Amino acid sequence: MGRPLRLCALLLAASLPAMAQVATAPVAGRLPDPAAEARAREIGRELRCLVCQNQSIEDSEAELARDLRRIVREQVARGASDEEVVRFVHDRYGDFVLLRPPVRLATLLLWATPVLALLGGLFAIWRLRRRQPTAVAELTEAEQARLAERLASDRFGVLPPKGESAAQRTGEPRA
Amino acid sequence: MSELAKPSRRKLMLYAPLAVAGVAGLGFWAMLRGLGDGSFNPRGVPSALLGKNPPEFSLPGLDGVDLPPLASPDLRLFRKPVLVNFWASWCAPCIVEHPQLMALHRQGVPILGINYKDREPDARSFLARHGNPFARLGVDVPGRIAIDWGVYGVPETYVLDRHGVIRWRWAGPITPEVMTASVVPLLRSLENA
Repeated sequence: MGRPLRLCALLLAASLPAMAQVATAPVAGRLPDPAAEARAREIGRELRCLVCQNQSIEDSEAELARDLRRIVREQVARGASDEEVVRFVHDRYGDFVLLRPPVRLATLLLWATPVLALLGGLFAIWRLRRRQPTAVAELTEAEQARLAERLASDRFGVLPPKGESAAQRTGEPRA
Repeated sequence: MSELAKPSRRKLMLYAPLAVAGVAGLGFWAMLRGLGDGSFNPRGVPSALLGKNPPEFSLPGLDGVDLPPLASPDLRLFRKPVLVNFWASWCAPCIVEHPQLMALHRQGVPILGINYKDREPDARSFLARHGNPFARLGVDVPGRIAIDWGVYGVPETYVLDRHGVIRWRWAGPITPEVMTASVVPLLRSLENA
């Protein structure tokens, strides 16, 4: 083990207790009841942070996400149902705040797209399979005769000229 | 496959991607145009409160500034369309939009301010430095009223009709382009309504 590596390992070992503490210490703003906290977290994972737009409020460090986390926890602590909490946020921020958009006429295409894509793929496969089995027709006698003639005359330079050995053709030295 | 079908199929394979690229280019051009004249906001989220009255609220005023505080009945007080503007002294785009607010104020449009998560001395010095366009001003330090309105950043501006119904929301600064493209025509149509 090289010197820098050993130093890294030492530092890592020294910091382990600190990391452990971070993981277990009660974080400010968390509910004391673990079941309620788990429920609040479950609700928060379904709500989009409007500042980062691709994170849930549980994942986001934005100030607004923190405020919304606090509101969710207040309402959970007050005994509100999951639906009530989500409705509170949905009433204010609209469909956009729901990471799982509701199924309705305007979102139907959104929800139907995977099914449509699957059906489209199946249709394409079906069409391709239907087209394939055109069996290759046997050569007619006339065609066979033409083929033999071509091979004999070697119009395409495929066959070695008569009387020459393979070694001569490829330029190899004679044994 | 017949001999005739083959060339037309090849043409399709050639022109289909070209057509897709053309349509995509057209869409991109429309987006750029919308960005330019302020009618398209890529981060914009439609307000859930459009066509509704905002929830009831009552906010304290800003000490040391000669402005009345703001509560929901004040939204209908002016009997004409009003702007509600969420702002903060720490918000740089708020400085960008401030001249437009001042211009609307000079034209007699009532602007009701909500100071969002700010320190009072900072808010006071912001108004002293950039001017005060507000007819009333409420202070929302915890940001709870802002959440009731569906605010997700400052500046954010709402236009309410004379009945206090939210007709328009803009997330981001009101640039001169947004003024001419949206705010001015909207206020004119609401006043005539």
